[in-house]
Amino acid sequence: MDFINAIVVLTNFTIIPALAYGSQLALGAIFVTLIYAVLRFANFATGDMMSFGTMFAVLLTYYFQSIGLGLGFLPTALLTIPFAIIMMILYMLLIDKFVFSYYRIKKSPPVQFAMVSVGVMFVTQAIIRIIIGPSDRRFLDGEKFILKATEFKEMTGLNEGLTLKSTQAITIVVTLIIVSIMFWFLNKTKTGTSMRAYSDNEDLALLSGIDPKRVVLITWVIAGILATVGGILYGLDKSYRPFVYFNNMLPIFAAAIVGGIGNPFGAFLGGYVIAFAEILITYAYKRFIAYLVPESMEPDSLMQLLSTDYKFAVSFSILVIVLLIRPSGIFKGKTI
Amino acid sequence: MRKYSNIIAAYSIMLVLILLVGIFQSWSIALTILNYCLISAVMTIGANIQWGYAGLINFGIMGYTALGGLAVVLVSVDPVQQAWQAGGLNILICFWIIVVMVVLIRYLLKYFNKSKYRTYGIAFVIIGGILLLRLTATPGIEAIEAVDPAKTGFLGGMGLPVLFSWIGGAFLAGGLAFVVGKIALGLRADYLAIATLLIAEIVVSIIKHEEWLARGVKNVIGLKRPAPYEIDLQTSQWFINLVEKFHSKKLSMINSITERQDALSQFVIDASSVYVKLCFTGLFLSVVIVLLIVTQKALYSPWGRKMRAIRDNEEAASAMGKNIVKEHLFIFILGSAIVGIAGAMMVTNDGLFTPGSYRPMRYTFVIWVMVIVGGTGNNFGAILGGFVVWFLWVEAAPMALFLINLFTSHLPETNSVRVHLIESAPYFRFLVIGIGLLTIMRYRPKGILPEKIEIK
Repeated sequence: MDFINAIVVLTNFTIIPALAYGSQLALGAIFVTLIYAVLRFANFATGDMMSFGTMFAVLLTYYFQSIGLGLGFLPTALLTIPFAIIMMILYMLLIDKFVFSYYRIKKSPPVQFAMVSVGVMFVTQAIIRIIIGPSDRRFLDGEKFILKATEFKEMTGLNEGLTLKSTQAITIVVTLIIVSIMFWFLNKTKTGTSMRAYSDNEDLALLSGIDPKRVVLITWVIAGILATVGGILYGLDKSYRPFVYFNNMLPIFAAAIVGGIGNPFGAFLGGYVIAFAEILITYAYKRFIAYLVPESMEPDSLMQLLSTDYKFAVSFSILVIVLLIRPSGIFKGKTI
Repeated sequence: MRKYSNIIAAYSIMLVLILLVGIFQSWSIALTILNYCLISAVMTIGANIQWGYAGLINFGIMGYTALGGLAVVLVSVDPVQQAWQAGGLNILICFWIIVVMVVLIRYLLKYFNKSKYRTYGIAFVIIGGILLLRLTATPGIEAIEAVDPAKTGFLGGMGLPVLFSWIGGAFLAGGLAFVVGKIALGLRADYLAIATLLIAEIVVSIIKHEEWLARGVKNVIGLKRPAPYEIDLQTSQWFINLVEKFHSKKLSMINSITERQDALSQFVIDASSVYVKLCFTGLFLSVVIVLLIVTQKALYSPWGRKMRAIRDNEEAASAMGKNIVKEHLFIFILGSAIVGIAGAMMVTNDGLFTPGSYRPMRYTFVIWVMVIVGGTGNNFGAILGGFVVWFLWVEAAPMALFLINLFTSHLPETNSVRVHLIESAPYFRFLVIGIGLLTIMRYRPKGILPEKIEIK
């Protein structure tokens, strides 16, 4: 019985949150890696682009709530996803047309692209803050929990409760759906194949008659979907605050590089690697161990490897270690 | 002379802008802006050495700035004797454990061939070392943080004059740059940018959360100053006499004695803050001028030519027998050390150390915008970039507010659009900086004052 209790504690406090957080990171990391593979630059505006899409979801949620439109026990924000995605894609295409395309045609070095994306980051941040302001916003409605701790205890008769927030379940399910559709698209359809060809060898792809404009357009469309959905899921799970989204760029980058930048599947796993590392290393194992060892050996300290203050630092350290040992990432990067 | 006309014109415009702030807002604000411009200029000189001379992209400027700030605390604050007695020994032991660990790992790497056993050995040293560190450090840290937590709760510094800390900042930042350079300099440009940014985040989070070191997010206030204090000036006779002489015309217009006395004391208060800021301006200006002369000399020296050769064509330079790895590491350390000086200068200017305020937006990206806008590879350009961008960063909000009021003046006071825009005026600075950067990148990719290389 104690063993099951220990497992439940671990699942409740580490595995479920890490799965949800990992899914959010994974979506962002695939976004980064896709831009890197096809358009060939590190996009420093990642966090703010995700924030931009989420901003529309927040505003539309408020609007739908005011006119009484909703999804019952599901959050209203799910209803706003298509509209937010359209706005996001329009914004990205606008930015691409006025900013990035010029450098793409000139074949500028990646560093210049990165600097330009810093400029885009500044502008996007300004637009977001001018429209919605910098404050913290919660836009979750509907049923909060699928499984409550007390219900679980009654059901199983265990000491420890297992909670499953609806946002966590939605995050994991939506991520799986989006990611599987995306992989199907990249690997099985003709357009996806042409994208991979373009990413692999641009000149050869052009020779085979692949239209670069179309590839770029499709890339931005997929990127827009990933960024918006990732941002909305993160906002539903935690809350929406522009500054936090900007900071999230860093673990997302870490996830993309750990997985092998340019490799979507690597980025997908990288998100979970980073999330599990962050949460497992900063979790206090006291209660978990208390169930496993006899009472006399119960630990006094929190049994924490690192304090939660270092949550971000953990993922960055993993990145540094990966860069040292295997700079191309866990999976070989560079092409999709 | 014509060669310099661009530079002179650009700097004159900048000077006029700052003077205008002095006339329209106040001299105190103008001097604050000028001081920060000078600090930013030091940072941009550092970043420009790395990016402009050698083509190394360092997004970790935030980390080096924070280390410079830390140096001020570690050098100038008086040591907290109680804390040293409580836990100083543990911290010293920890320091030695780290040294032993590093030596052991180096020994393993040097004298053993690459094998499974060596990897296990290194892993064993690291894990054992970390366990040992935790065991010794935890009681010491707890003891130190318990010493009068509201006021101290940290080890304090060495109690030296604050100007020494500027050198200390350079050494700390240079030391970090050595480690980072060893780890990351082999990476491709955009990887290097991300890696340095994330390492800087790690450094800042350590400074933020290790409270025994510099109080972390509880901040250290009341740091020493290389300039007199306002309150001392206001009570010293020579200063009051000076102010009286300066304002004699205005004072003689006032008839009543009490009113004249009030006016004089007001003038003294204003003048004291201006005087202190002028002292700082003098110090900062001398640092900027010294750095400018040294970097200009270096740029045109054989060393500068070598760096440009490496930047423009690594393979060719390497074929000519230049050690690229070594040169890159050296210039990375040099630039970071200069950024460290700037960090120390900034904390000295503020008089307080707030680790929570080190954010990548302000201390990495804005500095990079300065370098790009000003002109990469050109020291005058980099300094000008520091001035222009900092000026915009500070003055964008008041200017935006003015424009919003102008364009919405036909709307009623309570109009929701107007109210919303006025509330969001501070965020127009991001817009101005972003659009400025994008415009410069597009239409003048080498910056306002581009790099001009002539062989003398």
